[in-house]
Amino acid sequence: MMTLTKEKLTILREPDVIFFRNKAKEYAVKIGMSLVGQTKLITAASELVRNMLRYANGGEAILEIVVRNNIKGVRLTFADKGPGIKDVKQAMQDGFSTGKSLGLGLPGAKRLSNEFDLKSEVGKGTTVTIIRWKNGL
Amino acid sequence: MDKIPILKMGEFLLVTIQVDLYDRLALALENDLINMVSKTEARGVLIDISAVSIVDSFMGRILGNIASMSKIMDAETVVVGMQPAVAITLVELGLTLTGVYTALDVEKGMELLRSKIGYLPLDEENLYDDLN
Ligand SMILES: Nc1ncnc2c1ncn2[C@@H]1O[C@H](COP(=O)(O)OP(=O)(O)OP(=O)(O)O)[C@@H](O)[C@H]1O
Ligand SMILES: [Mg+2]
Repeated sequence: MMTLTKEKLTILREPDVIFFRNKAKEYAVKIGMSLVGQTKLITAASELVRNMLRYANGGEAILEIVVRNNIKGVRLTFADKGPGIKDVKQAMQDGFSTGKSLGLGLPGAKRLSNEFDLKSEVGKGTTVTIIRWKNGL
Repeated sequence: MDKIPILKMGEFLLVTIQVDLYDRLALALENDLINMVSKTEARGVLIDISAVSIVDSFMGRILGNIASMSKIMDAETVVVGMQPAVAITLVELGLTLTGVYTALDVEKGMELLRSKIGYLPLDEENLYDDLN
């Protein structure tokens, strides 16, 4: 996999959510992603940015245009230095929430992405990476 | 702070969301709408989201809250004009808008609201006859 464009944003406050979403959309449009693809990507991004703000008081979001086998995609990385997730398997389940919420963010973001990776260490932080390919379903 | 205008149309309230809502604006709208429903005793709330390009779980929860609070005050909520891409995404996200009715456009939404609150559509012919 090769990275063509890369940009890093710091997420600290709620208005950063919309700013980041717009950026992600720009990237998706740039590689010619379909409207449905764009919408899925920014919705997943929105969930992950919100989690970062809510559970880790913010963090870093990286936007990239990547290429693999001649196919372009948008990769988004959300890295925080928050409390980490004790039981990742549980957190990935629909309906699990420690925030008295719907518990849809993580599993939903996974469904909306073509590739999804979550690494978390208690006391260290959490990093979530997603990719949507140009022609991904 | 910005505000989203709420229009009163007869017994209904109409809100047209023109921008992607940031959280504080969405929460303010939720508050304003509930207050308006109670003040005007509106029987229905129409929320036009045709200009909205993303509904995430936060926004979905706001819509759900508006619907359930309105219901307590005897008003039904219809969300109109959801973009197809947004609808597809919502399903995959796993969000069900409980208690929220949906319609294609404002006109269809009004019809739906009238039927929900037990109103028959205004019969124009009869109206005309009466005028004669
Ligand atoms: N960046 C993070 N740092 C620490 N914990 C997290 C992080 N992201 C998610 N979690 C944990 O994983 C749980 C599940 O997250 P998920 O986004 O699926 O649901 P939620 O945020 O609780 O609800 P929703 O996203 O539907 O509003 C959270 O309740 C929280 O405990
Ligand atoms: Mg969440």
